[in-house]
Amino acid sequence: MATTPSPIKSSDGKPVSVTKFPKDGPPPITVKNLTMAFGNFVLMKDLNFTVNHSDIFIIMGGSGSGKSTLLRHMLGLIEPAKGEVFYGDFNFTRGEPLEREEMLRHFGVLYQGGALWSSMTLAENVGLPLGEFTDLSDAEIREVAALKLALVGLKGFEGYYPSQISGGMQKRAGLARAIALDPEILFFDEPSAGLDPISSRLLDDLILELRDNLGATIVVVTHELASIFAIGNNSVFLDAESRTMIAHGDPKDLLAHSTDHRVQTFLTRGGEDAEKSARNHG
Amino acid sequence: MQALKQSQPSDQLSFARSDNSTLVVRLAGDWHLRHGLPEPDLVLKQLDTAPKPAKLTFDAAELGDWDSGLLTFLMGVSEICHKRNLPVDWSPLPEGVRGLMQLAEAVPEKTGARHEAAHTSFIEQLGGEAISFARGLDDFLRFLGEVAIAFAKLAVGKARFRRVDLMIVLQDCGASAFGIVTLVTFLVGVILAFMGAVQLQQFGAAIYVADLVGIAMSRDMGAMMTAIIMAGRTGAAFAAQLGSMKVTQEIDALTTMGISPLEFLVLPRVLALFLMIPLLCVYADCMGVAGGAFVGATMLHISVGTYIRETAHAVTLTGIFGGVFKAAVYGIIIAVAGCLRGFQCGNSSSAVGDAATAAVVTGIVYVIVACGMFAFIFNILGF
Repeated sequence: MATTPSPIKSSDGKPVSVTKFPKDGPPPITVKNLTMAFGNFVLMKDLNFTVNHSDIFIIMGGSGSGKSTLLRHMLGLIEPAKGEVFYGDFNFTRGEPLEREEMLRHFGVLYQGGALWSSMTLAENVGLPLGEFTDLSDAEIREVAALKLALVGLKGFEGYYPSQISGGMQKRAGLARAIALDPEILFFDEPSAGLDPISSRLLDDLILELRDNLGATIVVVTHELASIFAIGNNSVFLDAESRTMIAHGDPKDLLAHSTDHRVQTFLTRGGEDAEKSARNHG
Repeated sequence: MQALKQSQPSDQLSFARSDNSTLVVRLAGDWHLRHGLPEPDLVLKQLDTAPKPAKLTFDAAELGDWDSGLLTFLMGVSEICHKRNLPVDWSPLPEGVRGLMQLAEAVPEKTGARHEAAHTSFIEQLGGEAISFARGLDDFLRFLGEVAIAFAKLAVGKARFRRVDLMIVLQDCGASAFGIVTLVTFLVGVILAFMGAVQLQQFGAAIYVADLVGIAMSRDMGAMMTAIIMAGRTGAAFAAQLGSMKVTQEIDALTTMGISPLEFLVLPRVLALFLMIPLLCVYADCMGVAGGAFVGATMLHISVGTYIRETAHAVTLTGIFGGVFKAAVYGIIIAVAGCLRGFQCGNSSSAVGDAATAAVVTGIVYVIVACGMFAFIFNILGF
């Protein structure tokens, strides 16, 4: 197993992120005219938005509106039917496979169920990207992995397998793995799904801490109103009926100023028409 | 008496006319799902009987206990009346029934949401199957190409995977498969010897059983039986492992980390099976000969020493190497088919089962196709 030289490395071998997205440069993420389709079925069309430095950007919308699918498009797991995703100046959608792979190393992704590799311990899960993309020795990798696990409150669980810990802990371990290489952009897919209100709140706090301390730009797919208002400072609202985005901006502003009743209904959890909306969407 | 009453829906359901234009549907007794449902078509018949009613209402005075059986019936009635634009007065029904009916009808049916049952003729199905088989072969060859590129990367030391993963797979498709390979190939040797013995004994040529078993095992049967065992054992396991990794997004997690799942997951598996199957094949050859010798010693009174000498005389090194070479190719086919089916797995737990099944079927079919091609090629080459 040979390690290909990687840019995420400094002279002393410690993983240091060469700033890929300088503050005075172009916005870290730009989505242009994106259309998501499966065969002839168009899920979402004409998506245009930018994510700025150190944003906590929320992708929100009802169930089945394609929030997670949009995330998968942004990560290149699904190719868009039309349109492009830019990271800084780099056209990720049209990029060469090797350049895309290199770009992906600046990202961290937390999947819905954690998606930990089940045949590896937590320390090995967190250590794998370190082993692949840095020149750290095995002992150093163990130390860094232990640190990352401690950051998410899993000190002492290094030797556990994913199947031996609870769902909430798996999610936190997934987060530890996502931040292993100190990424500049973090993606979260439904971070609070399946968590109790307190764990979900703690995870929100953790996301804020990561943004403030790592300076990372964060994209979160969620429909949890509490989370949306607690952490988000920018957002896009996907509407399943009209199959496009119908709002873009700070969720608190949208709540205060948006005149679109669909956005209002969503952000007020049905508002006065709670019963009617519950029937229509439930 | 109670049971009799419940088994006759006509007692639960009767009709009356309050005036010439109103049909009254009388509901009586208990309406339970487990006692069966009366057909809403009975109402349809009443609507067609002259004088044709212009309105429909209910009489629920004698209605006893009810559950969703009653609601299902009422939904049927509602649909019939809706089609005919016939006004229905629901008010005589109990409040619970009305509430649930309202709930069921609150959201109108989404147009186009219903799947139409597709009617396809036999010819159409046959064509579809043929096309999907051709596509399957296309996918397989494409994937094989990608694996070959990964192997090339491995050769120049650029491929990424964990050595410990390779060790685990090596153990899993090598040492752990010993027991089943022993059992099956020993028995195949016994069966071959039996079949041969019955015929050859008639000519007093029983000793040639050793030639028969030795040549068959070393040239074809050893490799083939090992391949079939490994397709069922390891090919299915590969598909199930990778399939469930797909379902839990573990493969996505590798991709978005910039680690190629093909190198990380497929390469060690293909490599392991490619390395282990020839060894298992040689072992299978030996076990087959042992099975033959067992029959020889117990049934034909040929001593083990004589049997082995005769086998050694009959079996050529070319034959053995031919078998081992075939086994290595089968190993690649099985591993690639298993991994491909795992990667193609859908997003549900039943899809993982389908992937495992498909892996075994693909593996065995392609192994047998390859076996046929080898027979042809080896014949031309004069082996």
